[in-house]
Amino acid sequence: MTTRIDRRFAETRAQGRAALVTFVMAGDPDTATSLAVIKALPKAGADLIEVGMPFTDPMADGPAIQAAGLRALHAGQTLAKTIGMVRDFRKDDADTPIILMGYYNPIYIYGVDRFLKDAAEAGVDGLIVVDLPPEEDAELCIPSLKAGLNFIRLATPTTDDARLPKVLQNTSGFVYYVSVTGITGSAIPDYSKVAGAVARIKRHTELPIAVGFGVKNAETAEIIARGADGVVVGSALVEAVRISLDAQGKATAKTVAAVTSLVSDIAAGVRRAAKPVA
Amino acid sequence: MTVQPPNSFRTGPDETGHFGIFGGRFVAETLMPLILELEQAYKDAKADPEFQKQMNGYLAHYVGRPSPLYFAERLTEHCGGAKIYLKRDELNHTGAHKVNNVLGQILLAMRMGKKRIIAETGAGQHGVATATMCARFGLQCVVYMGAVDVERQKPNVFRMKMLGAEVVPVQSGAKTLKDAMNEALRDWVSNVEDTFYCIGTAAGPHPYPGMVRDFQCVIGRETREQMMEREGRLPDSLVACIGGGSNAIGLFHPFLDDREVEIYGVEAAGHGISTGEHAASLTGGKPGVLHGNRTYLLMNDDGQIVEGHSISAGLDYPGIGPEHSWLHETGRVKYISATDKEALDAFQLLSKLEGIIPALEPSHAVAKVLELAPQKPKDHLMVVNLCGRGDKDIFTVAEHLGGF
Repeated sequence: MTTRIDRRFAETRAQGRAALVTFVMAGDPDTATSLAVIKALPKAGADLIEVGMPFTDPMADGPAIQAAGLRALHAGQTLAKTIGMVRDFRKDDADTPIILMGYYNPIYIYGVDRFLKDAAEAGVDGLIVVDLPPEEDAELCIPSLKAGLNFIRLATPTTDDARLPKVLQNTSGFVYYVSVTGITGSAIPDYSKVAGAVARIKRHTELPIAVGFGVKNAETAEIIARGADGVVVGSALVEAVRISLDAQGKATAKTVAAVTSLVSDIAAGVRRAAKPVA
Repeated sequence: MTVQPPNSFRTGPDETGHFGIFGGRFVAETLMPLILELEQAYKDAKADPEFQKQMNGYLAHYVGRPSPLYFAERLTEHCGGAKIYLKRDELNHTGAHKVNNVLGQILLAMRMGKKRIIAETGAGQHGVATATMCARFGLQCVVYMGAVDVERQKPNVFRMKMLGAEVVPVQSGAKTLKDAMNEALRDWVSNVEDTFYCIGTAAGPHPYPGMVRDFQCVIGRETREQMMEREGRLPDSLVACIGGGSNAIGLFHPFLDDREVEIYGVEAAGHGISTGEHAASLTGGKPGVLHGNRTYLLMNDDGQIVEGHSISAGLDYPGIGPEHSWLHETGRVKYISATDKEALDAFQLLSKLEGIIPALEPSHAVAKVLELAPQKPKDHLMVVNLCGRGDKDIFTVAEHLGGF
């Protein structure tokens, strides 16, 4: 069974380039504005969209994404509203893959079966749940695969060759390689090592490898894109949202454009790294 | 909800770190290899007589164990029922039970070749114990503490600094214990090579809940021996306060299969469970996943974690160790709760009757002893874990009582 994610990576591969994966936080700074951002992302050059499900205690995220989650929660964002945003997005876009990303507790409390049913019906394609390693696959990973959703796993520099097969076993869609041992938006990766790390994972899987953490602008995206199937940008985009807000933390006329113009820049960087298709 | 009682209550966790449905390893992939390494290192240490011998030596000569089991004569007279014994873990070096666990983890960290120790702290007792052990063994120590708690617990912040630790005020989230734990986990994700995370309670991802419990079980083992010596039999009931629940599980665990022993865990009811301002995860929460384990948590209908409230900063945590969640559902331990006011009253009463100023945490346990003991016959033996001393709390108490 091919999914939107499989098809999208096949397309970008056919174009000889990496895919651009963009992360934004659902409900930041409010549901309507973040929906407008998400709707504008494909045109700005995003190939796949990760939609953050806000959580009070995001233990693997740095200050930028923590703050984005709290802004969304203060504005009243819920998991049901986040799924509703995807449903709205799908009315106008049948092709761009949507991946929900976050932490397990809100899903667990929503109810795993109900969540998978509602997410699949809304047009969600995949899930990334940071605090569910393969040791906890029975919780959500296996049920997700049965529900027809991709379950995308994070691989990190600490995931050695002995552990990679376990991490990759039930992974589908793509592999998200975290380029640093650290939290989102913090350290700068050693770019010279990223391509080697991607090659190492590729020895274990046919899946596309997207690289995240440390992509801040067009230049860094271009460097990463040369050695990976996908480039993920997140903290830089939620920072663009934050900077566009007014003194009360409300969206302004500039908010959507602040994100899309940065995405356009980064998309251009990704495309500069394209190789001629053989 | 009650589940089928097992043949033994003392065999958990299973191979995958579960106590029934509770526990587990809900952490980011970056940490998974570290947690597996720690699990193996702890298994090896546990089986190594040298490690046990080393622990016992420091427990005796540095911590000051065994702690006395003291017959509280005037408290017993006051209650007019059960014969009440206090397990005096407040007499340990650093003034609380926390040091039992920290000693074990620091010796383990050194076996693993780790040079940098990180910890989270709420009231500061675990931070002080960690800073103390790091000073003793010459290790670098970084303690994460919510910015709100740094303000509330200045004497402990100063103690940690005197001991050479770096105290990092945590500005994220609600700026209290749960956020300090998030920040410690973020540090660990960022410093995987040389850093050991010394968790302060019997919670977190496997192997922490079982490991911390094992280190705290010295409390219950001593109590068994001391009670056999004093009374020639086991106690009839045990009472301990619960935040994360490490002092309680340390006292309870060696008695779990003695089914005739009644066991009471006392959560912090804050202003009262019905007000919503409390820290009683079992009484007022529901199962969820946070900080690496599935356990009872305080949260809203959307699975967002809410702040716990208690007059005691050490009980002010929106979760509880997973083994307690399981003991709750199996019905082996009865979990009850005491309000801020009840704890304050017990704090003053114990000070005046026994000349022992308890910490606000075990004051919650003493508060329930005041209710339970009068209902029991005079030959009923009741043990309450006095897990910390009250020096750190005198300013908080003074404030609530309207000054000195």
